[in-house]
Amino acid sequence: MDRAQLWVYLAEQPLLWLTVTLIAYMLGHAAFVRSGSRAVVNPVAIAGLILASILLITDTPYAEYFEGAQFVHFLLGPATIALAWPLYQNFSRIRRLILPMLVALVVGSLVSVGSAVAIAYSLGAPDQVWLSVAPKSVTSPIAMGVAEKIGGLPTLTAGLVIMTGILGAIVVSPLLNLMKIRDWRARGLSVGVAAHGIGTARAFQVSSVAGVFAATAMVLNALITALVASLLVTV
Amino acid sequence: MPAALTFLLTFQLVGLVLVSVLNLAIPEPVIGLILMFLWIHLGWPVPVELGPLCEGLLRHLSLLFVPAAVGLVTYLDLLSQHWVPVFLALAISTPLSIAAGAWTFSALARWMKLPPEGDEVKQDG
Repeated sequence: MDRAQLWVYLAEQPLLWLTVTLIAYMLGHAAFVRSGSRAVVNPVAIAGLILASILLITDTPYAEYFEGAQFVHFLLGPATIALAWPLYQNFSRIRRLILPMLVALVVGSLVSVGSAVAIAYSLGAPDQVWLSVAPKSVTSPIAMGVAEKIGGLPTLTAGLVIMTGILGAIVVSPLLNLMKIRDWRARGLSVGVAAHGIGTARAFQVSSVAGVFAATAMVLNALITALVASLLVTV
Repeated sequence: MPAALTFLLTFQLVGLVLVSVLNLAIPEPVIGLILMFLWIHLGWPVPVELGPLCEGLLRHLSLLFVPAAVGLVTYLDLLSQHWVPVFLALAISTPLSIAAGAWTFSALARWMKLPPEGDEVKQDG
């Protein structure tokens, strides 16, 4: 087998892209740890950039890459359910705070949707585009459903959701340090509302309390958004 | 570990069945999460390795988003046409939303005289 043949053979194997995904993440994670856990050194962004460059250079279609990466992607479902465990362990703490949490959640969510739509619309984005921007802070399956309902492009929304998550995970710590908000509960909750699962992953990296509040906020935001979206249609 | 994994996946499967039968707009893992939470909360039996499995899955939650992040390459064409309004919308509204949520919660917690948690911020990332 010569080199070209070997590449063609390997590129068709799910093993190749699964392993390369893990290697890229390990590199991203190592960079994150070496930086002293700095938020700007985001493992998802680094791994994504490495892998996207490899795909562009080797001219590999995303569908072929996903044949291997799907095994990692699949674990998102079980990992979401696994959030029930820390939620259960911290339930007494959450229950006491449910009122301020819900208020902060609604404020964060309204600011997210309102400011994003206002900016995209006033800068002349076409209707389909600014409507796709609206649900960007919610976890992607719900965001895509909302985009479809209100007349946006679900696929564009899926990409914007990921970008928002990475952006939120990167800005949350420096921003809230600047605002002198040190409370792990406030920090976790705000990033869970604004940046869904990727923000929640960042919160768990820093503190388990922040992680739990981020997870709770993300789930409640998903449920409330789905509920509001289902009402929108009947109006 | 197989017992705990079976336990988790069963909740996801039940979630999937409920979502398709009842035509819900909520993704099946969220339904699974709620059901598993209720199960544990009611004190029903769970596999001993459930805690370690859940903690293991969540420790590297970031990894699980990598394939979706790579998927951004498939939106490059669509994004490149409108990147200025879209990028500015995300770049401004995301920190604004984080600031609004965190500020609201802290203000309410102070008003309700709840003691803060986490003045011991170690990592300043």
